[in-house]
Amino acid sequence: MSDTLLKVRDLKIGATVYPPGEKPRDIEIVHGVSFDLAPGKVLGLIGESGAGKSTIGLASMAYGRGGVKITGGEVWVNGRDILKSKLGDIRRLRGGEVTYVSQSAAASFNPAKKIMDQVVEAAVEQKKFSRKEAEARARALFAKLGLPDPDNIGDRYPHQVSGGQLQRCMTALALCPEPDLVVFDEPTTALDVTTQIDVLMAIKEAIRDTGVAALYITHDLAVVAQVSDDIMVLKMGNTVEYGPVDQIINNPQEEYTQALVSVRSIEHEEKSPTEEPVLSVRNITARYKGTQFDVLHNVNVDLYPGQTLAVVGESGSGKSTLARVITGLLPPREGEIEFAGRVLSPDLKGRTREDLRELQMIYQMADVAMNPRQTVGTIIGRPLEFYFGLRGAEKRKRIIELLDEIELGEKFIDRYPAELSGGQKQRVCIARALAAKPKMIICDEVTSALDPLVADGILQLLLELQKIEDVAYLFITHDLATVRAISDNIAVMYQGKVQRYGGKSQVLSPPFDDYTDLLLNSVPEMRLGWLEEVIANRKMESAGN
Amino acid sequence: MKNIPISALVGLFFTALYFLGAIFAPLLAPYGVGEIVGDVWEPSSADYLLGTDNIGRDLLSRMIYGGRTTIFIASAATVLSFTLGSVLGFFAAVMGGWVDQMLSRFVDLAMSIPTLIFALVVLSVAPVTIPMLIIVMGLLDSTRVYRLARAVAVDIEVMDFVEAARLRGEKTAWIIFREILPNALSPLIAEMGLRFIFAVLFVSTLSFLGLGVQPPEADWGGIVKENKEGIVYGIPAALIPAFAIATLAISVNLVADWVLNRTTSLKGGRG
Repeated sequence: MSDTLLKVRDLKIGATVYPPGEKPRDIEIVHGVSFDLAPGKVLGLIGESGAGKSTIGLASMAYGRGGVKITGGEVWVNGRDILKSKLGDIRRLRGGEVTYVSQSAAASFNPAKKIMDQVVEAAVEQKKFSRKEAEARARALFAKLGLPDPDNIGDRYPHQVSGGQLQRCMTALALCPEPDLVVFDEPTTALDVTTQIDVLMAIKEAIRDTGVAALYITHDLAVVAQVSDDIMVLKMGNTVEYGPVDQIINNPQEEYTQALVSVRSIEHEEKSPTEEPVLSVRNITARYKGTQFDVLHNVNVDLYPGQTLAVVGESGSGKSTLARVITGLLPPREGEIEFAGRVLSPDLKGRTREDLRELQMIYQMADVAMNPRQTVGTIIGRPLEFYFGLRGAEKRKRIIELLDEIELGEKFIDRYPAELSGGQKQRVCIARALAAKPKMIICDEVTSALDPLVADGILQLLLELQKIEDVAYLFITHDLATVRAISDNIAVMYQGKVQRYGGKSQVLSPPFDDYTDLLLNSVPEMRLGWLEEVIANRKMESAGN
Repeated sequence: MKNIPISALVGLFFTALYFLGAIFAPLLAPYGVGEIVGDVWEPSSADYLLGTDNIGRDLLSRMIYGGRTTIFIASAATVLSFTLGSVLGFFAAVMGGWVDQMLSRFVDLAMSIPTLIFALVVLSVAPVTIPMLIIVMGLLDSTRVYRLARAVAVDIEVMDFVEAARLRGEKTAWIIFREILPNALSPLIAEMGLRFIFAVLFVSTLSFLGLGVQPPEADWGGIVKENKEGIVYGIPAALIPAFAIATLAISVNLVADWVLNRTTSLKGGRG
């Protein structure tokens, strides 16, 4: 055995793209990446979407997803160049020497088979263990990963465990055949922050105890700082910086890495409440049609003109339901909503055009919030036409003004959504909301689907626009860093109730209730040793357990 | 329009040929549709390229005029069924609730009766004219289109951009024609090709059974019926319309396939 387990040299990966109306052509998406990984070490691959990090991860199993082809370079695993191996040898490699943990465990498990069958499958298939040995090993791994009832959890089906538990089951699956290398592809990205901590800790301990080496792929530098020994920063298929974790976090050399480390540096002075709130949510209790379970219990919050109220909570806390009640999509069972001095009809149908105009919404997924068959000009122009009756040159002038406000400019007017990047799409959605000249905009997780640097730009734009247009935001998010950056008031929601409510400084300073404490402490911080500290100081179990 | 695959080119060529033949039938046909020009079942010759039929009419002329009738009825019925079926399907998906229930259950009921028998019953009481044929075929076929349109629209209807249009206060007509229709077009167009072929087969079947286009008007199914006895004597006159129906079916499908591939590969880009 050499002292390097995985040796990647000058790896080049290409793909074929099919631009509409043009001939298909080959492009290179990874341009010569090299790194080494010693047994038992963890290398973090970090970068924004499109950086090629997942592609590199899969290449270490000699695999290219979709139309992706490995076009050059060498990948040595245990002293063999696997890119030159025959298919049979690669089959023994995958699931034997190298295993993989994907981002969405829910989409990766077969819903029709029991968890245990799937966890032991690779180990038995590779003849590493007998079925019995593999099951015993799986149970030991379940226990090590902190899953409840490790002896019997394997008899359940994937839908019978929570998302965080399933992600840990997948880690057990990957570790079961005693691999030398595990590729973790964004294993905690889809989880709530408090659950993320548990999974991270479980992964970290499992790596330490089994002595396996790992590639840890993520876009979140704070997360990777907790589990890695080395970090490689990637951008557009190139290595930006590669070094020990301590150096990357505390002393980054490259400008791009410095930007990643210092992201979320927006400062926002808290504004104090003015007399009249623009929106008052009073004693709202709501449930979905046909269910016997209240998703919101007696919610009371106020939003003041030109200010931002952040509604924070994890999935299932009822924060998006609150948005649906305010917009009239879900009439509440009890309570009322006062907006701009008048009581709104609980139902969308009963609202006047003026009500609708003054209350706009921006969605999490800009992709599906815009009609893919309409141009940017049509998308932004429609509210102008609909609410203000603008036509022709007048409308076009106003569309261009709005495009300038969102820093895109006139050349975007004839583009289709598919021709825009994620951040640009979200900007167009913001322009569409602004076009109605609203008093208030509901922002539902508007930055969650974006890369950190792009998200930062969007938040800055929103704050800028708030100053100019004097619009109020109801900002729904699970991300506390975002909340710190932009809010004036904060409502922390937990299981359909407002757990804590008040000005930003008040909500974010002690004494905390247990849930807020858990939530605040779960936000990954960009320093070494943070993870262990948090786990040691916890007062409350996370909701994932 | 670059990079048209060879199969689509073949399909386009033959489809265009048939449609042009239908449009310019009076200019192309050497003889009149009911004109008796020769003996019974003459073999093909320089005068009668495809020979003559069971009472001595020129078969080529009857094929061209027959194609005109068949294609016209099938096209009109397809247009009717798509207009009706897709508008109602979208409407049901957008409104939901009892509107959707009523329409969908009614369509289920209509679909539970075999189409051919339904059509035969209706046409045996109603006057068999071309407009009547189009209406009956269009209405019966619209149930299939309704189901597809509703299924496609239900998926689109839950997208955020439709919700955004609702929150803006848009009317149902805007949501159907501006938000849903452009996004449902590609599966509908592919289905349209298929439905057109079914309509061709359907009208031919009806004519063959004597409840479709009435003599002396010609249509492909009718020509098969008139000449079917000839097969016993080795006369191929009945096979020619069958061949025409088959080639038209294949070429329209090749075109529909290509349209489907082209529009779906755009992944939500321009249509």
